[in-house]
Amino acid sequence: MTLLGKTAGGLYWMFRYLERSENVARMVEVGQRIALTRSEIDSDWASVLQAAGMHKGYAEKYDEVTRDDAVDWMLRDRDNPSSVLSVIQAARDNARIVRTALTREVWEAVNEALIVLKKAMARRVSDRDLPDLLRTIRQRGAFVRGATHGTMLRNDIYDFCRLGMFCERADSTARILDVKYFVLLPSSSAVGSRLDELQWETILRSVSSEGAYQMNYGQQLRPREIAQFLIHDRTMPRSLAFCTHKLCENLDYLAQDYEQRLPSHAIVEELNQKLLTRPIDKIFATGLHEFLQEFQGCIARLNAQIEVDYRYYR
Amino acid sequence: MSENRIFDEMWGRDETLRPPYERFHDWFQDEDPGRLRRKAREAEDLFRLTGITFNVYGQQDAAERLIPFDIIPRVIAAREWSKLARGIEQRVRAINAFLHDIYHRQEIIRAGRVPAEMIARNVAFLPEMIGVDPPGGVYTHIVGTDLVRTGDDEFYVLEDNARTPSGVSYMLENRETMLNMFPELFIKTRVRPVSSYPSMLHRSLCACAPSCAGQTPVVGVLTPGSYNSAYYEHSFLADKMGVELVEGHDLRVVDGRVAMRTTRGYQPIDVLYRRIDDDWIDPLNFKPESALGVPGIMDVYRAGRITLANAPGTGIADDKAIYSYMPDIVEFYTGEKAILKNVPTWRCSDPSSLSYVLDNLAELVVKEVHGSGGYGMLIGPTSSRKELEEFRAKLVARPGNYIAQPTLALSTVPIFTKAGLAPRHVDLRPFVLVSPEGVTITPGGLTRVALKKGSLVVNSSQGGGTKDTWVLEE
Repeated sequence: MTLLGKTAGGLYWMFRYLERSENVARMVEVGQRIALTRSEIDSDWASVLQAAGMHKGYAEKYDEVTRDDAVDWMLRDRDNPSSVLSVIQAARDNARIVRTALTREVWEAVNEALIVLKKAMARRVSDRDLPDLLRTIRQRGAFVRGATHGTMLRNDIYDFCRLGMFCERADSTARILDVKYFVLLPSSSAVGSRLDELQWETILRSVSSEGAYQMNYGQQLRPREIAQFLIHDRTMPRSLAFCTHKLCENLDYLAQDYEQRLPSHAIVEELNQKLLTRPIDKIFATGLHEFLQEFQGCIARLNAQIEVDYRYYR
Repeated sequence: MSENRIFDEMWGRDETLRPPYERFHDWFQDEDPGRLRRKAREAEDLFRLTGITFNVYGQQDAAERLIPFDIIPRVIAAREWSKLARGIEQRVRAINAFLHDIYHRQEIIRAGRVPAEMIARNVAFLPEMIGVDPPGGVYTHIVGTDLVRTGDDEFYVLEDNARTPSGVSYMLENRETMLNMFPELFIKTRVRPVSSYPSMLHRSLCACAPSCAGQTPVVGVLTPGSYNSAYYEHSFLADKMGVELVEGHDLRVVDGRVAMRTTRGYQPIDVLYRRIDDDWIDPLNFKPESALGVPGIMDVYRAGRITLANAPGTGIADDKAIYSYMPDIVEFYTGEKAILKNVPTWRCSDPSSLSYVLDNLAELVVKEVHGSGGYGMLIGPTSSRKELEEFRAKLVARPGNYIAQPTLALSTVPIFTKAGLAPRHVDLRPFVLVSPEGVTITPGGLTRVALKKGSLVVNSSQGGGTKDTWVLEE
């Protein structure tokens, strides 16, 4: 079967945007949680915006950071290309372009997601409606993922969907870690104040894994283990190692399928072999921030190279 | 025959239930109107979910709209259909013979049946096609013949859409929707299926592949893109045929073939079902500003190394000025009288016709020779005095741009409204496939219905809706 370069690109972006919609919704959830349980930390929407990578655009539109404006910016502002509404629209527009490559179930799931979420976000979202809305966003994402998992052939079409999804996820986890890397540094506090613990918990919540951490590492939150968990843990589906492993796997399938190894394969190999084999203590020793910067740079290069290798645009 | 009352396809002219509707009527009478209303709403949700939408030009907010669907089917008896089908086949064969002749020896002009200036000065005539032999000898692979009915046995051809007729996806989805909503109806009534259209289309296109094609020709659907009003249909047809949906920027000429950019490099295409107008298909040969087409595709075409469906230049056959010659054209190439009627047509380029048209403007329908979609047309009887005067000025300024026809008393079919059944005017577009293997007509077609009471405009761009169209088994 032939697959148009344009279609491969459309699939990749459709699944990147879908992944982003869930990540953004999760960040809103974290912000809301901090605001409600505030205790020592004052509601921290500025750092939530930063972790979602949306602070610059926000600052261009608003002078000060308020809960209402931040939530609106993240969920439904069309001026924000990464707001949930913008990315769901973008995912669905891409799906429409690649519709011939999708099963009816996947298409309907993403089309219905837009119909439902547009309606749910027709107006500013009140505190009272927020939990329901966030649940709906999560659920709609799960429907698309489920339909994809259950009905799509495991061929090159599927590989491009997965590449988009894991590039976005790897990038998102790395950014969340990078925004908060300083609270994980050993120097900040050996025991961990109440403030630190809240910060650590926030990081775990941002990747939906406070429960998963406990399963693997017990009740006690420790910065080294948190970093280990989000960077190296292969059982954790949002860790850098897991995402990279999946990127590797899907690029390998493509290489087998097309009987051709391309430059993007070398980049992902480099990520896997060099960067992610570095032990956590060494990462701390040479600089967590530097490591995360290097990782994000690598993902960006990989992203650009896949686009060239598989002829999305040329 | 009484012409005073409009012919209703369910109730005739005298409120007597016509036989094709008997079984449907039995069912309908036993149905709870509340349930039907609920079903009608469900149908709408289903269309929206499936994404069966169309884009309206010039309307910002409603970027993607639904075409209203009416749940009351339009029913055609087997006997009625077989006559229609014969008439359509005859006409479509004549059109293909006419196109071949016009781009080769022009016998019909030599014979004096069509005046030379009707062709030579016509913008729809494509000099680039002179002497070109399309693969398989087929010009119009897909035709949508627009028919209207005015009486029990009176059908007229309104237009021969020989360029890129659209609407077939609605024909198919309307049937799917009805099958889903009212399965019991199809158990009671034997309705001829339509669902094989995409596979017949694929087969028909493959049968016209150029000689350089392999055992299984590579087919693509060429769309102007996702902002085009008929994009849903383009993607639907590509999907159902299992072929690629391509845009101009996915294609380029490589080694004398048209090729598409795949994840593994460029791969040649044999047959392109293009849903782009002639003018835009090749910026090197036609409009240089076109970003929709493929530079050099016409050269590949003329070298016989790709099939374009429909062939470029077919517009000369469905041009509204040529239309008036269709009875002659049918007779000239088939040696038979035309089975289907033509609507009497005044060509305003002719001074005596123009003066008749100007004197009787309020009774006539006036259309632009090259217009489509119900745009730029005047329906005399329903127009205000001001509209008539404005149109009169346009006619006088450019008479050659217009034709006029009597306002036909289009038949009605009931639609389902809050207040029960109500008659609305309809037309019918059957879809015809032409290949060297023969002419195939899918039983039925797309019924378009004017939803406004008394309105004669059925175009979806002007607020028309659609119905499922049933041709009954013998």
